[in-house]
Amino acid sequence: MQNETATGAAITFDKVGKSFPKKGGGSVTVLEDISLSVEPGTITGIIGRSGAGKSTLLRMVNGLEQPTAGQVLVGGRDVGAAKGGDLRAIRREVGMIFQHFNLLSSRTVYDNVALPLEVAGLPARDIKPRVGDLIARVGLQDLANRYPAELSGGQKQRVGIARALASQPKVLLTDEATSALDPETTQTVLELLGDINRDLGLTILLITHEMAVVRDIASHVAVIDGGKIVEDGTTYDIFTAPRHATTQSFLSSVTGVTLPRFIARQMTPDRPEGPAREVIRITFLGDNATDPLLAQMGTDLGVQVNILAGAVEEIGPRPFGNLLISVDVDRALQARSYLEHHDQRTEVLGYVG
Amino acid sequence: MSANLINLLMEATWQTLYMVALSTLVGALGGLPIGVFLACSQRGELLSAPIINKVLGIVVNATRSVPFIILVVAIIPFTRLVAGTSIGTTAAIVPLSIAAIPFIARLVENAIREVDSGLIEAARSMGATPFQIIRKVLIPEALPGITLGLTLAVVSLIGYSAMVGAVGGEGLGDLGIRYGYQRFMPDVMAIVVIILIVLVQLVQTIGEWIARRVDKRAPSNRGA
Ligand SMILES: Nc1ncnc2c1ncn2[C@@H]1O[C@H](COP(=O)(O)OP(=O)(O)OP(=O)(O)O)[C@@H](O)[C@H]1O
Ligand SMILES: [Mg+2]
Repeated sequence: MQNETATGAAITFDKVGKSFPKKGGGSVTVLEDISLSVEPGTITGIIGRSGAGKSTLLRMVNGLEQPTAGQVLVGGRDVGAAKGGDLRAIRREVGMIFQHFNLLSSRTVYDNVALPLEVAGLPARDIKPRVGDLIARVGLQDLANRYPAELSGGQKQRVGIARALASQPKVLLTDEATSALDPETTQTVLELLGDINRDLGLTILLITHEMAVVRDIASHVAVIDGGKIVEDGTTYDIFTAPRHATTQSFLSSVTGVTLPRFIARQMTPDRPEGPAREVIRITFLGDNATDPLLAQMGTDLGVQVNILAGAVEEIGPRPFGNLLISVDVDRALQARSYLEHHDQRTEVLGYVG
Repeated sequence: MSANLINLLMEATWQTLYMVALSTLVGALGGLPIGVFLACSQRGELLSAPIINKVLGIVVNATRSVPFIILVVAIIPFTRLVAGTSIGTTAAIVPLSIAAIPFIARLVENAIREVDSGLIEAARSMGATPFQIIRKVLIPEALPGITLGLTLAVVSLIGYSAMVGAVGGEGLGDLGIRYGYQRFMPDVMAIVVIILIVLVQLVQTIGEWIARRVDKRAPSNRGA
């Protein structure tokens, strides 16, 4: 692809707020005091529950929504303050792909990809080679003359991606771009996004409900809850040490370490009367084996350890694991300090009688 | 049937086609931009101009609520101004066009409102101007609906054109009244009615065929 100097742009949210006027007066605040720095060339996953304000946040990056407080900067330019031609110029540097693809049914694959170039006023002879390259990049050479109605969901999203790249943007926004796709297709689309990020160096902001998507391609994560960023950092840090309850609940779906149902049912947040066992989550970083450590702890402390669940995950190239164990309540403090002492992170989840 | 009558029928058919074709053309030229504007100019929309939108909407509704035969009579001075006369086939095109413009405008407005708002959003995010969005997204995407709307307009205009005989317009309707009714020639009336039915069928069939050709939304409808 003839993308000589394509590099990503930084995105900065500076104390951004957004409220919508309510019907019959007043207003609803949807986002509040959002500050976030997105480094050029990174892939940042934005997660949060439905209605948390993710789409609203994303749509401020290309001026589809205007912030009502603070500033959104893309490559140093204030998107919220830009109007008319300036705003359209910024939009050409920010590609967007959509959950429902939003392809023109009246245009072929080729003509859909050509649309942003027509809009930018490129002469037809320059459009042709560019579109050819883009269609090749997403692997749809054979389908260039088909209409969207004749494509599968995955193929449609590839067209969406080619179209978003047509104006050689510096930023790519994706709002649940894989939510309408099956897991296998999701994987191939994510790989394509990863390749694009690597080859073209553009900054990707990606909204998703699926933590697995974040784990697979995002280098950074921001978690939004109730209109605020409650947690953000590198994917590895967030995955290995989630602090906020929302993050933790999102993570439990992907790390595969949920408690067996019969234990979860019995578990209480407070220590019950009488003999009980404490349920502990151990997060081990790197690939140092934990089994020998647990066995060692059993011998050293003379406590009996029950392993309830566990899994090893990979975030980028770095593995990390999660293990759920239970130990006798009276010995739990001792066990946890033993583990902490051996550089394992622990967290008390509850108690079973 | 006499050769004279056949001539009369052919001439009347030709006059009807002439009136309908020209008033459809004028109606489309006027109705298309008005319809697009009505569809895009409510508050917060592409060409946000809520007051003009309201006023135009009222004018369109007012024109549409006047019964056609009253419209024809009411605008006679205007017709005379435009056509130089208020009598005859060419003069009849004036009220027909005036009736067609708001009718087509509403049909176009509806067709454009059917376009998925996600497409407008996609175009905005590409940096398209409102005019580009209308020309490259809204009109092409609404084309199947607009085609069906124009078909409906042509069919209605065929019906309206039969009424202009009342003010000296000619055509099939006028022939049917003058010969079939006033001169008690039921066979002429019957032939006029049959020709009108065939015309309407033809228009409907062709309109639907074109609409299918331009509609790429379902794979089976792809015009090969
Ligand atoms: N144009 C608008 N006017 C009024 N309220 C809005 C508007 N757009 C969004 N909202 C409200 O803002 C809140 C956040 O919406 P947003 O679409 O950003 O959520 P989200 O995190 O993307 O949710 P989802 O995961 O369901 O897509 C919601 O409560 C929504 O109702
Ligand atoms: Mg959303």
